[in-house]
This record gives sequence, C-alpha cells and structure tokens, in this order.
Amino acid sequence: MERILYFPGCALKDQARGYEEASLAALAKLGYEVKELPRWNCCGTVYSLAQDELMRHVGPVRNLIRAQEEGADEILTLCSMCYNTLRRSARFVEDPESLRRINAFMDDEPDYRGGVEVVHLVQFLEEIGVEKLARAVVRPLHGLRLAAYYGCTLLRPKEVAVDHPDRPEILERLVSTLGAEPVLFPERVECCGAYLTVPRPDIVRERVGEILRSAGLAGAQALLTACPLCKFNLEERRPLGAPRIPVFYVGEALAWALGVREIPAEIGKLLSTGVTG
Amino acid sequence: MAGELSLSRARLEAPFVRKVEELSGQNPYACYQCGKCAAGCLFAEHMDLLPNQVIRLLQLGDEAVLQAKAPWVCASCLACTVRCPKGVDIARIMEALRQMALRQGLSPVQFHLDREYPQIALVGAYRKVTP
Ligand code: SF4
Ligand code: SF4
Repeated sequence: MERILYFPGCALKDQARGYEEASLAALAKLGYEVKELPRWNCCGTVYSLAQDELMRHVGPVRNLIRAQEEGADEILTLCSMCYNTLRRSARFVEDPESLRRINAFMDDEPDYRGGVEVVHLVQFLEEIGVEKLARAVVRPLHGLRLAAYYGCTLLRPKEVAVDHPDRPEILERLVSTLGAEPVLFPERVECCGAYLTVPRPDIVRERVGEILRSAGLAGAQALLTACPLCKFNLEERRPLGAPRIPVFYVGEALAWALGVREIPAEIGKLLSTGVTG
Repeated sequence: MAGELSLSRARLEAPFVRKVEELSGQNPYACYQCGKCAAGCLFAEHMDLLPNQVIRLLQLGDEAVLQAKAPWVCASCLACTVRCPKGVDIARIMEALRQMALRQGLSPVQFHLDREYPQIALVGAYRKVTP
C-alpha cells in the first residue's frame, strides 16, 4: 500500500466532513494508505496578495515543515482553498531569499528545506490514470448529467492551476471515468463571490443565481465542487427562482462510483440503471 | 512657446502611487487601457470605478482612487489577472488599495452575520477586508 500524507484543513473537519469521509474511503479502495498530517494548522484560507506580508506565509510553511518531518515530498489536499494557499506559499519559498527570511522568522521551527509539493485530489486522481480508475468503478453513474463547477482556486493563478485556467477538462475527464455525462456551462470557471458572502451577500446571491441558471440551461442535474465555500454559497445564497441543483463534492461522486458510499436517493433516481443504493 | 514639455515618471508619480507599486509589486504604467480586465470582471457592475479605471487614476496620480469602493467589491477571483495582455496583476493592485486603508485602521465594509458561516468564509473575510 502506498502511503500519502493528507492535509485536511478546518472545513473538512466540520461542514465538509462528508467530503473527507467519502474521499478517504475512496482512496483506501484505490489502495492508498492515507495519513493525516500531524499537528497541521490553518492554511490561512486566502493567499496574501501584498508584497510585504511575510507573516501570511508562516502558517502554510509550518505545514510544509510538518510534511518534511514525516519525510514526505507531497501533501494531498481536498479543499481547493487549502490547495491554493499551501501551493502558492510552497512556490513563494522556492525563492531562496524568501525562504531564508521565513526560516529566520520562525526560530521555533526547524528550517524548511523546500521540495514539498502540494497536490489536490483531482490532480492525484489524474495521476492514478483513467484506466486504473475506470477498473475500480463498480457502480458507474450512467445517465447522470454532472456539471463540474471549478470556481477560482483550482484554476487561478496560472502557476497553481490544475488545468487550463479558462478551458479546463480535468474534472470532465473524471466525470466521464465515473460513468456520468459531463456537462459544460459558461459559468463553470467563474467566481461565486467567495468570502464576499460575509460582507456582501447581495452580490453573492446574484452570482449564485447566474451560476445556477447557466448550469440549469446546460442541462446539469447535479454540480460537482472541491470547495466548501463554493458549496456553501451555491446552497445558502441561492436566489428565489434560480434552479435548485444539488451540489456534491468531487470525493462524494468518486465514492459512489467506487461503491464505498451510498448513492443518495435524489441521484439514484436519475441513473439509467435506477437506484443502486 | 518657450521651454520644453518634459513628461517623466519621476515628475508625474505621486507618492501614494509609489506606495501602491510597492505593496502590489505591479507597474500600473504597463496598462494600455484595453479594458479586458473590466470586461471579464463579474463584480464590475457593483463597482464605482471599473478595474481599468482604477489603474487609469493611478497612472494619472489621481488620489480619488483611494476613496473608490471598487477594491472592496473585488473578490480577488484573479480572472483579470490571468487575462491581462500586459501581465498586470490587477488583483494585487486592488489588494494594495485595500491595504492602504486597512493599515490606517479603516474599512468601509460591514459584516452580515446572518448565517453560520464556514470558517473559511469568516477567516477569508476578516483577512481581506478588516483592519
Ligand atoms: S487588462 Fe491589463 S492592460 Fe487591459 S486595461 Fe486591464 S490592466 Fe490595463
Ligand atoms: S480580481 Fe477583482 S477586479 Fe479582478 S476580475 Fe476578480 S473581482 Fe474583478
């Protein structure tokens, strides 16, 4: 069994617990032993865009140090916001001067030596490969029109994009491998409003309306996301009159198809094979 | 007409613009006002100044840009950043403008605590728009 080190982040231990459980069950089924990163701390959620905020890299880099202590050269993330902040900080400290300053600042930690890569579940699955994944599918999601909503943090900036930032296909490949029919819609790479949900719910409601209408017009029966904040907004900020399209995590659809999680009734009835439990 | 008209960045650039450049690591003068950033910004309709107008005021050294509401509506989605043909990271310029207010303890933003938010929403919002 291959061992992988996993960084959960706060949402996966709370609102998105189902995402964690489903993903870990699916990875075990695929033959991976998943170990949670010891003493992990918050990723910071939003990567700092100011040049002088060295402080904001301390949290992410501490997590990279924890991975280094485990002798790992890779951390797996499920939450796309964690993926984004951790991977960008990992890129930031590739610059020797930035790394030196961070290490000097964190005098309570062993020096980070660099070289730990941060990967997202969708990249990890892509690496496993369509063939191996397809062989593991026991309950193909035939008949389900499944639309991947990428949002921002899997795609931007370019340096951390899991695929082409404007025309990604990585999630559609996964959807096909799971047996469902991928649905493309114009809003799939656009922002839901993210944290503006706290100061400006009005704007986020408008955005969510656009996204749901766009997905609805394309014929999506369910949406797939890797972001707990996107999911929250798509569900909690749905304006009146916008289509009610259920939102699931990437790891959940994976776990249904691999037969390690029960398919919810609302999805089961859409499958051409009927409810398969 | 006597004398020469000499335009130079050193003469035109206001100190606050230099601060924006420093905080963002971006050169606003690289922008040629094509408007692609504004065209693709899904939040532009709520902005008092479009993203390219924000940059234009910086180029002109117009301090009105410091009062703009646009940076507080910007969601740092980076759509503009990945599309700018001149490589200007507009999201970083928006961030610099927010930071200049936040570091003086100022923020025009009010929170709506009407939901049980996921931590990532709250931590994100606190980090981006509160002093
Ligand atoms: S896309 Fe770039 S060059 Fe075009 S207006 Fe915006 S900042 Fe200027
Ligand atoms: S980063 Fe800000 S300015 Fe740029 S497209 Fe997104 S919301 Fe608009």
